[in-house]
Amino acid sequence: MTRPISKTVNVPVADGDGERYTLKMGPQHPATHGVLRVDLELDGETIIKCSPQVGYLHRGFDKIAENRTYAQSLILTDRLDYIAAMANNVGYCVAVEKLLGISVPLRAKYIRTIVCEMSRIASHLLWLATHALDIGAMTVFLYCFREREVMLDLFEELCGARLTFSYPRIGGVRQDVTRSFIDVLQQFVAEFPVHIGEYETLIDTNRIWLKRTVGIGVLSAAEALELGLTGACLRGSGVDYDIRKHRPYDAYDLVDFEVPLSNDGDIYARYRCRMEELHQSARIIQQCIDQLPPGPIISEDAPDLVMPLQGQRKVEAGSSTYGTGLIRLLEEHGQYPVGDIYVSTEVPKGELGFYFISDGSGRPYRMHVRSPSFIHIGALPALAEGSMIADLIANIGTLDVVLGECDR
Amino acid sequence: MHVLILLIEILILFAIIMLHVAYATYFERKIIGHMQVRMGPMRVGWHGLLQPIADGIKSFFKEDIVPEQADVVTFRAAPIICLTAMLTSLAVLPFAKGWVLADINIGLLFIFAMSSLASYGVILAGWASNSKYTFLGGLRSMAQVISYEVAMGLSLVGVMMLSGTLNLTKIVEAQGGSFAGMYVFPQIIAFFVFFISMLAETNRVPFDLPEAETELVSGYCTEYSGMRYAIFFMAEYIGMMVMSSIGTICFLGGWNGPFEVAVFPPFWFVVKVYLFMFVFIWIRATLPRYRYDQLMSIGWKVLIPLALGNIVLTGFIKAFTG
Amino acid sequence: MESMEIAEKLQDHFPGEVLEICDFHGQVGVIVKRDRIVDILRWLRDTPEIKMDHFMDLCGVDNKKRLGGNLLRFEVVYNLYSIPLRHSIRIRAQVPENDACIDTATGLWCGANWHERECYDLMGISFNGHPDMRRILLPDDWVGHPLRKEYPLKGREEWSGLVELKHKVVELQEFGLSDGTLRTEAEQSQTEGNEKS
Repeated sequence: MTRPISKTVNVPVADGDGERYTLKMGPQHPATHGVLRVDLELDGETIIKCSPQVGYLHRGFDKIAENRTYAQSLILTDRLDYIAAMANNVGYCVAVEKLLGISVPLRAKYIRTIVCEMSRIASHLLWLATHALDIGAMTVFLYCFREREVMLDLFEELCGARLTFSYPRIGGVRQDVTRSFIDVLQQFVAEFPVHIGEYETLIDTNRIWLKRTVGIGVLSAAEALELGLTGACLRGSGVDYDIRKHRPYDAYDLVDFEVPLSNDGDIYARYRCRMEELHQSARIIQQCIDQLPPGPIISEDAPDLVMPLQGQRKVEAGSSTYGTGLIRLLEEHGQYPVGDIYVSTEVPKGELGFYFISDGSGRPYRMHVRSPSFIHIGALPALAEGSMIADLIANIGTLDVVLGECDR
Repeated sequence: MHVLILLIEILILFAIIMLHVAYATYFERKIIGHMQVRMGPMRVGWHGLLQPIADGIKSFFKEDIVPEQADVVTFRAAPIICLTAMLTSLAVLPFAKGWVLADINIGLLFIFAMSSLASYGVILAGWASNSKYTFLGGLRSMAQVISYEVAMGLSLVGVMMLSGTLNLTKIVEAQGGSFAGMYVFPQIIAFFVFFISMLAETNRVPFDLPEAETELVSGYCTEYSGMRYAIFFMAEYIGMMVMSSIGTICFLGGWNGPFEVAVFPPFWFVVKVYLFMFVFIWIRATLPRYRYDQLMSIGWKVLIPLALGNIVLTGFIKAFTG
Repeated sequence: MESMEIAEKLQDHFPGEVLEICDFHGQVGVIVKRDRIVDILRWLRDTPEIKMDHFMDLCGVDNKKRLGGNLLRFEVVYNLYSIPLRHSIRIRAQVPENDACIDTATGLWCGANWHERECYDLMGISFNGHPDMRRILLPDDWVGHPLRKEYPLKGREEWSGLVELKHKVVELQEFGLSDGTLRTEAEQSQTEGNEKS
């Protein structure tokens, strides 16, 4: 049974007069990195208007956190940026520690710095893999996954999970690192610069790669700041803002590293920044391994939900909601501290901020997550409008977004 | 009787080519796998040798989905147009001396005609699916094929001038049996242009824009499933083989080799074709993808002037050397 | 510059606007009236010795359960940071319940756009002069603003889109085209009951 052709095929054709048509890209599309939908208004292949639509993964994060204790909300942070869950966990713990005034033992600080940088490596490798695949370079994808696998195996050895770790605790970490973990990591860090070289041989000076990235998606420093970009997206435009240097947390003020900058502000500049960050992460891990001090891995003040170490901490039935430290805190002050605090950390995607309001109860009165991906997707129209469909894909890749974090 | 023999020959050729297509996919997956630090297919048969057959059976038994708003007749016909055009061009290819179904005098032109016809299938598929992604894929394919057909045609004019014929068998014979006689040496510019156009003509990386997965989902064949999708796939691989064969015949001296293999005369031809196929795959594993406008500017601003210059150059040389 | 110093300067410059300055763990929050919020933010951004160029965060807060003092029903919290001078400040603008709106900061930082949309979506505070004041995370036809304190954790009712989808599933089932995976347990037991009777 056939229908008249002119009626069934109703794709509007863009002619020379600039007739426009719309294309809804996503939420099921191979290159939108999750469930991002981008409504495009196109003239031929040129993007006239681009409006990203988010929220497909919204889980009411802030609302859930208001109804849980601080320790219970930790697992929610795994589900933010699931590519680098460890960095989110650490960011959350740092924020709650600051709110409750808990000090962390030095060894735990070093371990958290190590796992943070490991997750930065894992996240940047996934970014490079998918970004290169989006632009069509297929082999980089698998090279990156080879190294990412080592990272995930190490995480598995550390805490038993490969994606949603919940390994750091408020006041420290859950378990101590093992000898074999350190050995494998040491070997990985020593070899990693060679592997970075392998990725670079494939794309770094590749003429097609340069054509697709140099001068595309350019943002000046002022524009990037105004859009609220953070992380490598901001540093690629030449703004020296790295929270690890500006407001050091954990052991970042005890190790030596550089913040890579670039002034071009295009896709290639951001690519170079992230590649340099991989080198710097390896350097930080190496220093942390060398300096790793002995000692406890969790503060005495930590709220419970920590695996009790045999014989060291007494857990009585019925009183296990809070650790001894917090019971002391409650006895001294009568309640939790009252006030509000904004603490941000440098996660692989940018600045992850937690804003807490404490009203003295054991639960946050209000928790707000400032997620970098959310802001970065908001900046997509500024990058993509006026360019072509192929550049949109490159631009989504260069912003390095994760929708779990964007939608919360 | 003559017709019957011809039919049997056609059937044999068809069977052999289909087998080659199946194993070309295996070849590609294995090579790309090893280039990408993985194994490729390993499960079906020894080292995955039966994988292409399993894939074929699977796609035969998959549901054939036709989108509700699609133009059904065109939608169903498009992959068949593609495959038929590609298969037809096989008829004029000389695999060895005398190993050719139709030894016609306009072999080269015939192949061009057929490969243009195959792009109709792609365009119709893109249009009939009534989806914007397929439509964009079809448009891209149309623009790409038109531009690169010109460059490719012009690049082969040099070969025609040197050999003085369009008959593929005679082009091979004109190159003689020696290594130095291959047209790749005097026609090195043409070979360069031909090679790049060949990649574009077969929609291979770095010119795979009509089916750019990360941009257009799957380009013109987004809405296809099951056997019809597999037919597009086959057409693409036969296209690769035809283009490799043209390269072999026009530039690498066809079936001639350092020594004769009496039991299997097309031996060197097959070796050379697979060399081309290997380069196709090698490039796919290495390079990113061009953008649409960059592809166009390479075609029109670099390749076509180069090919035209090559014609002038060849003409001069031929005029002065006699 | 110390955050406290900035807060005092702000108080000198906008004497009628600043209601209270609070300090917690070294972070200074300034509670202000909402009327001249854009002027305050602009002053903080453009004064050379303050130069708050990085708009870190914006969020809405429902003060329903901690009213009293200078706090009104809602507040909008701006977290600002100066990248070159490395200091930060928090501005807490008070918004009354009966007129839950405040001027937009998108004219100063266009990155505030999505922050404000999120605040509108989840807290129900609208922003005057915002170029695109729509819901962002929730569907356009969602009823209510979930981060308000009176909104129950579980939500009030199913979203109309999901209800519609469930009706579709039931319709399809009549033709044997769906396995009914979207039905809730209650509906399932109901249909089972129907079959028995």
